[in-house]
Amino acid sequence: MAGTIAIKNGYVFDPLNEIKGEIMDIFIRDGKVVKELSAAELKNAKVIDASGMTVMPGGVDSHSHVAGAKVNAGRQMRPEDHYKATLKKTSLTHSGSGYTVPSVYKQGYDYAAMGYTTVFEAAIPPIEARHTHEEMKATPLLDMGGYLVLGNNFFLMRYIRDGDIEKAAAYVAWMMKTHKTYGIKCVNPAGVENWGWGKNVSSLDEANIHFEITPREVIKGLAEINERLGMPMPLHLHANNLGHPGCYAVTKDSLKIPAGVKPRQNLDVEWAETKMDPSRDRSVYLTHLMFNSFAGTTWGDCESGVKDIADYINNKDHVVIDSGCTPFGEATVMTGDGPAIHDLYTLTGNKWSNTDVEMECGSGVIPFTYLKSNPVHSLQWAMGLECLLLINDPWKTIMTTDSPNGGPFTKYPEVMTWLMSEAFRKQTFSECHKWANDRSELGGVNRELSLYDLAILTRANPAKTIGMAHRKGSLGVGADGDVTVYNINPQQLDPNNYEILLRTFRKAEYTVKGGEIVAVKGEIVSVPEKRTYYSEVHVEDEREKEMLADVKEWFRYYTLGFANYPTSEKYLENPTPIKVNGER
Amino acid sequence: MSEVILILKREIDIKLEADAITPDSFAGKNAGEIENLPIWQGPKTYPLSDFFEVKGNGGSSAAETLIRIKGDVTRVKRIGEGMSAGNIEIEGSTGMHVGSGMKGGEILVSGDADSWAGMEMLGGLLHIKGNAGDHVGCAYRGKWHGMKGGRIVIEGSARHQLGGGMDGGEILVEGNVEGFCGIRQNGGLIVVKGRALRCVGAEMAAGTIVVGGAIERFNPGFEYTGMVDGFTQGGVELSGKFKKFTGDYAISKRAKGVLYVAADANPEL
Repeated sequence: MAGTIAIKNGYVFDPLNEIKGEIMDIFIRDGKVVKELSAAELKNAKVIDASGMTVMPGGVDSHSHVAGAKVNAGRQMRPEDHYKATLKKTSLTHSGSGYTVPSVYKQGYDYAAMGYTTVFEAAIPPIEARHTHEEMKATPLLDMGGYLVLGNNFFLMRYIRDGDIEKAAAYVAWMMKTHKTYGIKCVNPAGVENWGWGKNVSSLDEANIHFEITPREVIKGLAEINERLGMPMPLHLHANNLGHPGCYAVTKDSLKIPAGVKPRQNLDVEWAETKMDPSRDRSVYLTHLMFNSFAGTTWGDCESGVKDIADYINNKDHVVIDSGCTPFGEATVMTGDGPAIHDLYTLTGNKWSNTDVEMECGSGVIPFTYLKSNPVHSLQWAMGLECLLLINDPWKTIMTTDSPNGGPFTKYPEVMTWLMSEAFRKQTFSECHKWANDRSELGGVNRELSLYDLAILTRANPAKTIGMAHRKGSLGVGADGDVTVYNINPQQLDPNNYEILLRTFRKAEYTVKGGEIVAVKGEIVSVPEKRTYYSEVHVEDEREKEMLADVKEWFRYYTLGFANYPTSEKYLENPTPIKVNGER
Repeated sequence: MSEVILILKREIDIKLEADAITPDSFAGKNAGEIENLPIWQGPKTYPLSDFFEVKGNGGSSAAETLIRIKGDVTRVKRIGEGMSAGNIEIEGSTGMHVGSGMKGGEILVSGDADSWAGMEMLGGLLHIKGNAGDHVGCAYRGKWHGMKGGRIVIEGSARHQLGGGMDGGEILVEGNVEGFCGIRQNGGLIVVKGRALRCVGAEMAAGTIVVGGAIERFNPGFEYTGMVDGFTQGGVELSGKFKKFTGDYAISKRAKGVLYVAADANPEL
């Protein structure tokens, strides 16, 4: 029976339902979690004996770069990334290649092998949304969605400068629908636009050229629009000055801007049963905190500024972050932050690529290798883990590598193990440059995350943060039947024996997606359908009409016609709109 | 040492990918098992015996195995790829990627080798009696790091991008090279006894290049530091006067690459 399964006797970790390792059965019918199966249904259902194993909701990655123009540029400019990492075609699966920027097929299989079922692309430039959707459509197994890059958008900068928040909100709502995207991403607000003239902005109150709008105004404006519309996720912020020594101060000040904005999530969806309130309660979601947390003034006296930001976040309730960990080795840095990529180019001399996305945003790509022997890289490793260990409440943190920026997502098992095992951290400290210990606080941290914490960082909280907890990140009745079974017995778990953890996290014993077993011990065994989520935001027709009159006027300056701008549903696999009751 | 003789049975149309032909994969196998090793042709694999007659058994280890290849294997790629020990003797010319990523052992090519010979080689000896194509000892496309160790000897000439991205090891060319010899070199030694076309040592950061003949178009990023009289580099004795340059300063201001150029052959430098 399709999508019907019983997962028996596992130690279940389901934070949204406050289940901490109780031995339970999980039943799924027609792809959704149900309370129980009838005897007849049970007879036809597939049964997984999970006794002695750990059962969690399917992994949710709320920030990864997996589709679209910049990922594809990364693939094109890195032939060397592909020839050693190859995947053979089978009767079921497609061939593929690539280590840090794998082809879409390999990406889908690799995520599923690790127990992930849901991945959100973190940056979609509007004019390239169609291409991004084509790649997401071709990515097997994963439920997906993406965030629209709006922090340097001409229309929005003008509306916000003129104080016309109503039209700005109508524009955002229309853009979400037009490009079938899910949330608002804001990259180096006001600064990327300056990059078109070889410049950047360095403080929150520096106005950019031509628009004369400051990062502070953009962040404030977008945060207000986000809540006015009742969007599923908070404003997704990549703060200014990323990757510059001393940037932690700007980061902290940026987090203060939306402090007074009240989160308001207004979704018209069916909520799965959860014990705790699954709706979001944060007004800002800061991404890859590590890259935004350098203290010091130059690379010579650079040190970790994570502690300071963590202290701030520990005392506030409006912020959630993801870490952007750097697990060492090969990476491909790609971001909408064009000037940041240029700085990396001047630092490394590596081949790089930059793009100005007309009137909307920018982007850049550069290959990068994080070395244990390099003082700054080793510091970055420590800082990434600090982001997750110094912030006390796990519900304020999400584990990512900002894949493939800090490292490819296939390195998640290493990051998860560092978080759970102080012994593994000590082992790495002993191998890497002393800066990691001298210039961060990580060495003094003896916190070791539990499996329950880990389930929060990799499932429950990403889902809750981005407003997908109505169906993802939990095993409550009505949730999607996405389950990961790890071959770890929590009763016998010894964090000092980290080799076992690494091995277990690399290949989940079972990955279940919508009630179908899709991977067993890392091997793909079925490729069921997937979905693409986007926000369908309702605003008053009248307001949309007024705004569209402006947009059509400005569209004279685009290289394509207005009618060719939208991404139609046919570019999406199982398009699944999330209805958002904007301004109601 | 046991000897395995491979005799080409027929002319090859679509090129073969024969990374199975290494002492490592032949070791411990008898002729019958060797015949069944997979060889790629286009999108399909075939047993080795579809193309080669196999005589003799593999040795107990890679080091105890000698592979002798008879016939024209210019359309057979990747012979000896990644081998760690033992010997391969090719009694003729061979195709692309011979000895790519080899870690040890010896490959002797009696004829010519096509492009990418010894790509990203780590150790061992690759001896080519004839000429070689482009990218000898080079990094894979887009990669920064090429050959890291071992030795490549070419008795004839080589073409473009010899030793590109080279980190270590030695390449000796008796004949001439063409453009971009030692491009982005980070270490190791390249000795070219003959001429070079242009851009020798472009973007090199470290390592040594010696050119015994004329360089047609000299790289402008190098600075003259003095004259050197006859010296020995990597077991190769070089006689006569050489002009010593350092660079390439086109990218890095702290480049430590060294380029020796025969004084007599390059009077205008």
